[in-house]
Amino acid sequence: MGLLTPSGGLLFWMTIAFGVVFFILAKFAFPVILDSVEKREKYIGTQLDAARAAEVRIASLEAEGEKIIADAEREKVSILKDAAASRDKIVGDARETAQEEASRIIAEAKKQAQEEKDAILASARGEVAKIAIAMASKVLRGQLSDNDAQTALQEILGDEASGEKV
Amino acid sequence: MFLRYALVVAIALVAPLLASASGHGDGEAFSPKEMVMEHLADSYEWHITSFKGHDIIVPLPVIVRSSTGWHIFSSDKICHEGSVYEGLYIAREGKYKDKIVEDVDGAQKRPLDISLTKTACGAIFSLLVVMILFLVAARAYKKRDEVDYCPKGLAGLMEWLISSILDSVIKPCVGSNWRKFAPYLLTAFFFIFVTNLLGLIPIFPAGANVTGNITVTLFMAVMTMLAVNLFGSKHYYKEIFWPDVPVFLKAIPLMPLIEIIGIFTKPFALMMRLFANILAGHSIILSLCCIIFVTVHMGAAVNGSMTVVALLFMIFMNCLELLVAFLQAYVFTMLSSVFIGLAQEGH
Repeated sequence: MGLLTPSGGLLFWMTIAFGVVFFILAKFAFPVILDSVEKREKYIGTQLDAARAAEVRIASLEAEGEKIIADAEREKVSILKDAAASRDKIVGDARETAQEEASRIIAEAKKQAQEEKDAILASARGEVAKIAIAMASKVLRGQLSDNDAQTALQEILGDEASGEKV
Repeated sequence: MFLRYALVVAIALVAPLLASASGHGDGEAFSPKEMVMEHLADSYEWHITSFKGHDIIVPLPVIVRSSTGWHIFSSDKICHEGSVYEGLYIAREGKYKDKIVEDVDGAQKRPLDISLTKTACGAIFSLLVVMILFLVAARAYKKRDEVDYCPKGLAGLMEWLISSILDSVIKPCVGSNWRKFAPYLLTAFFFIFVTNLLGLIPIFPAGANVTGNITVTLFMAVMTMLAVNLFGSKHYYKEIFWPDVPVFLKAIPLMPLIEIIGIFTKPFALMMRLFANILAGHSIILSLCCIIFVTVHMGAAVNGSMTVVALLFMIFMNCLELLVAFLQAYVFTMLSSVFIGLAQEGH
């Protein structure tokens, strides 16, 4: 049957035509297309990896930033606390020193006053003694114009001197 | 919706075209068998249609080496009934029916015939289409040599087709060596696919029965057989000549014999499958078309209703053939890939 017998002429043309087209496509078309598809596939792969890495990096940066902010916040609080404490301390110290100084000054003033008072009293006592001696001597001079009185006084003074301890 | 209308209109246009291609006027008895066989068989001329009893024919070159040397001439010198050119004529009956013969010593003799027949031209046309499609697509890549270039339009379509065949058939079936065989398998797939599709378009220069021609499918099957056996691995040949079976099966070379027969049956199955499927598709569509013309003399009612029925069936068959066009190309490529992949084992 005609339909089932292969014909040599057609086979000849098929071989030539298919061979030529196959050669041209295998040389100029398929390598170009396959290469660029493959290259693009690789490129997309690396880009995806890069994007994934970037995502991770961004997340870590975000966490880092948050950490930095939290640290700063904590530091701020502690600095403020420190500042308040040192302020309190300075004020307290100043108050203390002022108090001390004040009490020292007061004490000194008191002491000085005492000393002055003592000196005044001492000098006053001296003056009084001088005055008393002067008065006594005046009195004595008047009384000692006679011998009897003189002797009597000697006795008294002598008694006094000896009986001072009595 | 548009597609459906387009299909109806197309087939309404095509039906008389195909029918009149039989070359018979209304007055003559219409022979469906002759008309279908004429389409399925190869011919020296490309008959497009008949118009008002006048055949519209594209003559094709006849290239023949007879006992008197080479003869190259147009087919219209020889294709009319009874015409003889340079001692050559077309046999109307006998062993060489519809082939160019010469009379040598009173006996019909077939000269060496490498005429560009209708099927050869159809094959060359679809190979040209395939080549242009891929070269245009490849040019798009070459022109924009960027690593992130994503093609649009034709190149995008071709890339999608190539990638889907590569990823679903060639890579998994051939294995790690796929790069070496991809050009052949892709060329084979697209040649068969484009040829099948062009075979469904009944307008010149498409519409020839190319993949439904045994020579074409024989050629494709031989190509696959060569690809399988020329690049087969040591393991593949060991499996053929010294397979892993009990020695008594090899002592009388039973298994090797079966394996060697297998080398030829595989491509034979490829050849017959493609040939039979496409041939059957063409015959069915043409036969359905013939219903319209067979019923012409049965009155307007029968003829009208049968025309509607035939048209509906033809629409259905054309849709089915669209599927078959892809499926047969796919199956051929897949089986070729599997055979190549099996011969690559142990590489």
